[in-house]
Amino acid sequence: MKIEGQVRIPSGCAISAAISKDGNKMSGEMIINSMKPMHDRSNGLGGGFAGYGIYPEYKDFYAFHMFFDSRDTRKKCEAFLKERFEIVQSEIIPTRKIPAITDEPIIWRYFAAPLKSVLVSLQSEEKEFVAKTVMKINAEMPGAYVFSSGRNMGAFKAVGFPEDVGVFYKLEEYEGYSWTAHGRYPTNTPGWWGGAHPFTLLDYSVVHNGEISSYDANRRFIEMFGYKCTLQTDTEVITYIMDYLLRVQGLTLGEAASVIAAPFWSTIGAKTDLENRKKHTYLRTMFSSLLITGPFSIVLGFDGGLMALNDRLKLRSMVVGEKDDKVFIASEEAAIRTMEPNAENIWSPAGGEPVIVQVKEGVF
Amino acid sequence: MQTIDAADLDYRTVNEALREAGSDFIIEGCCGQRFIAAGMSGKNLTINGIPGNALGAYLNNANITVNANAQDAVGDTMNEGKILIHGNIGDAAGYAMRGGKIYVKGNAGYRAGIHMKAYKEKIPVMIIGGCAGSFLGEYQAGGVIIVLGLHKDGRPIVGNFPCTGMHGGKMFLRGGCEDIRFPKQVTARCAAADELEEIREYLSEYCSDFGYPIDELLSEPFTVITPDSKTPYKQMYVAN
Repeated sequence: MKIEGQVRIPSGCAISAAISKDGNKMSGEMIINSMKPMHDRSNGLGGGFAGYGIYPEYKDFYAFHMFFDSRDTRKKCEAFLKERFEIVQSEIIPTRKIPAITDEPIIWRYFAAPLKSVLVSLQSEEKEFVAKTVMKINAEMPGAYVFSSGRNMGAFKAVGFPEDVGVFYKLEEYEGYSWTAHGRYPTNTPGWWGGAHPFTLLDYSVVHNGEISSYDANRRFIEMFGYKCTLQTDTEVITYIMDYLLRVQGLTLGEAASVIAAPFWSTIGAKTDLENRKKHTYLRTMFSSLLITGPFSIVLGFDGGLMALNDRLKLRSMVVGEKDDKVFIASEEAAIRTMEPNAENIWSPAGGEPVIVQVKEGVF
Repeated sequence: MQTIDAADLDYRTVNEALREAGSDFIIEGCCGQRFIAAGMSGKNLTINGIPGNALGAYLNNANITVNANAQDAVGDTMNEGKILIHGNIGDAAGYAMRGGKIYVKGNAGYRAGIHMKAYKEKIPVMIIGGCAGSFLGEYQAGGVIIVLGLHKDGRPIVGNFPCTGMHGGKMFLRGGCEDIRFPKQVTARCAAADELEEIREYLSEYCSDFGYPIDELLSEPFTVITPDSKTPYKQMYVAN
């Protein structure tokens, strides 16, 4: 069988997210249920979730979630990791056998911290080192794939419908202050476990509904900075773009949104606020290769928050709602009503208008 | 009056129940089921809850009332009938509709009335009570789109790029619309008395549906937008 990255099939999806601004914990059950009314948006070839605040007992360690094709690959990868990291916990990610999810790879997680001596000798900053390690494993170690590498967060994904994937990974046993979810309808690739969403790097995770037409332009640019797109899938490149703009370049979330979903030049030209016009002109000029064209609605998860964003033409649906301390985001209002029947202030952000929700400082 | 409890039913089951039901019925607990009443005629349907995408697609003369918001592609390619929404509607409402009416109390998302068309006695009408998103009436080829801008909360009555590719039909926006940029191939002007007379019947019906006084609605001037030419693409690529 050809796997992700070896085949391109020239297609839609479902996304959903929930966050508590007060940092209150929610089990994964609610987010699983939110995917049920959107079942028909997926075709059973991928589902996944990201939870934030789910590993409080290991919050200072990077949680590597990994797929392996064999025990031998796992042993090799462990040897590689042990030379670079202190591994404090190594275990199978608990799953339940259900008929809807089959052919699972070996699914493992490590809680680890980079060895100080290695960081010193490489003169590398910690997050940069972790990101490079992820790239190295994913690009150079056949049969091994890191699908989650953040602290106090984790992605869980598989081939299957999202509501089944959530049951498979026992997400009702995890508690997080924020969750994102995805149901996949793969359009360019055949659908392998690694290609399901969320795509992640460090604490950034992206769930995406759409199909971007700038994939190769974006990929060529981002690969100049050490990122390696191994799966031919557009969401992977969006994730690396967000890491580059936010972590490496130090842009704010709003600025990063203005780069990837930049307004049309005519819209920028019509802005009466000169400072604002100047800023948008600068961002479009500086990062022109990171403009993402074609349809997308995404939710970016990060340590302490979420950002929802539509492409500038708004070629995909996205709805936001609120209730008390919680904010909900989904492809369809029905999903929000499933999570919170009495959600208020239901609205659809405009194309290119980011919705940024952050948890109060100090409570996550 | 029959009631269908849609909770935990998929869209096929809901539509099968609708086909077997009599002419008047209520759907309770609707939550995202798509294609409700698609292609149906001779029905009076009330929906409580959130109907899924493509509500009333290909509708062939039925009346649908939604007591909440509706999602994307309401009345996709509808032929006849009426859809009344007491909340907001999502994107691409009335996509290619060729007859019937969609009346919305609240706001519309992007691309409302995209590729609406008309033929002889078939004139589709869409009235949006609040504001409309960008690309309103994109590629409009016929029919009437009216946006009232009630309860605007300081927002513009329509987003960016209205009437892009418009080549038929009429659009009415309540108010002056001096700040709105229209494409070159359309003309926006203050609606004359006879033009307002053309839509008075629809506005009266809308007002009685949602309980607004029509005089208040007509107290502001309307801007009417029409395409300039019968061959709007004449020189888009080459002279022909």
